[in-house]
Amino acid sequence: MKYMMFVCTDTEPETDESRVPDINVWVAENDAAGRRVEGSVLAPPSAATTVRVRGGEVLLTDGPFTETKEVIVGFDILECADLDEAIAVAAAHPMAHGGRVELRPYADL
Amino acid sequence: MDAVAVAHRENYGRIVATLIRLTGDWTLSEDCAQDALATALERWPRDGVPGNPGGWLMTVARNRALDVLRRAAVEDRKLREVAMTGPAHEDEDDRLQLIFTCCHPALALEARVALTLRTVAGLSTADIARAFLVSEATMTRRLTRAKSKIAAARIPYRVPEGDALGERLSGVLAVLYLLFNRGYDGEPFLAEEAIRLARVLATLMPAESEGSSLLALFLLQHSRRHARRDAAGDLVPLDRQDRETWDRASIAEALQILLRTPVEGPYALQARIAACHATAVTPGDTDWRSIALWYDELARVQPTPVVNLNRAVAHGYAFGPSAGLALLDDVREIRDDYPMVIAVEADLTARSGDKQRAATLFREAAAASPDGPERRALLARAAEL
Repeated sequence: MKYMMFVCTDTEPETDESRVPDINVWVAENDAAGRRVEGSVLAPPSAATTVRVRGGEVLLTDGPFTETKEVIVGFDILECADLDEAIAVAAAHPMAHGGRVELRPYADL
Repeated sequence: MDAVAVAHRENYGRIVATLIRLTGDWTLSEDCAQDALATALERWPRDGVPGNPGGWLMTVARNRALDVLRRAAVEDRKLREVAMTGPAHEDEDDRLQLIFTCCHPALALEARVALTLRTVAGLSTADIARAFLVSEATMTRRLTRAKSKIAAARIPYRVPEGDALGERLSGVLAVLYLLFNRGYDGEPFLAEEAIRLARVLATLMPAESEGSSLLALFLLQHSRRHARRDAAGDLVPLDRQDRETWDRASIAEALQILLRTPVEGPYALQARIAACHATAVTPGDTDWRSIALWYDELARVQPTPVVNLNRAVAHGYAFGPSAGLALLDDVREIRDDYPMVIAVEADLTARSGDKQRAATLFREAAAASPDGPERRALLARAAEL
């Protein structure tokens, strides 16, 4: 089962700084276990371009598709047996400690 | 209750639990369990109740599921058929997997509650909707959405192991606790269902002491169900309840459970406090010193405002009003939100001898309480002084 993991900031972080994991360890471990298919840190929302096509015309907007205080700062694609395994992987990501991480399963089409 | 209704209560959850394990399809499993019960309604009055009603229903439900899968010609049909036609696993009880999946923390709390009542306890969607004051359509949507999420996000159908078990078990127990309290707030059948579910959990996980402790706690609180309200339906405080009406069998069962259950968590502590009250023949016989010590422990593991407030009350009875008043400092910050804090302060002040200040506090507590019997009781206390 594939899960898209959105790695986001949190506007009201309560950082549990004593136990924040190391991102390099997280990447190395999950790559080695075959649970992380792909992933990257993203450039800030100021570098985003939103694209819409309306009436045959391509409309571009400078900035992200929605203005929120939370920002998607990265993503990872996980391959996990089930949601419990994906939750364990997400909970071990440093951004789950202070930021927030959303797990979204690939749709079953 | 007729045989089919009894069989429904006793077997619905087990049948659904096993069919989900075999087919992975929640809706199919529920439909087939319902079909089996409908068949029983038709046949049992005519042919007599089978010797093993549960086994009979399970076989009929399984055969129905097999028929449906055959007709659907699903891709992994062969696999499923093999699973279905294997040994019957008569002794296997899959309800734990079902309970843990229904109570998975990735589901909204209200969905966990509804799903547990629908699939494990076998209540109708209409009954659940009524108990939670929503329309049947809303409850149907809530259940459908929860089942869709289980499938779409692949919430596993299993009892968690290792470190995860403790955390997830507390989540399951919290759902049962919520159900029980909901029962106490005016839907008595929910309290009965919570007890039934706690019994299943305590039986299937005998090594998990908090499950047994929760069952004991439920039984102790439930033993007072006939004494808790007066003729007008108003709550009667513990010290004014008619103890003759307490359910002795419930209390005895709970005490038996506690005898063999170690104190390893908050439910064990709450159950022991409830047991101290249940075993006092008159309010004056209450062992407040033990209660105060159990509350000290409880406040350490679960320092909620309500626990701290009750701890102050217990210390007030055990060691004198000034001991209770001293502990009220721990709940000072919630004084504005909980009129009960002021009422407790008033009671302790009255017992310490300062009647004038106590009367003022009772009136303050009354003014902060919503109109109703509790406010009237507080005003009566002020007038007595």
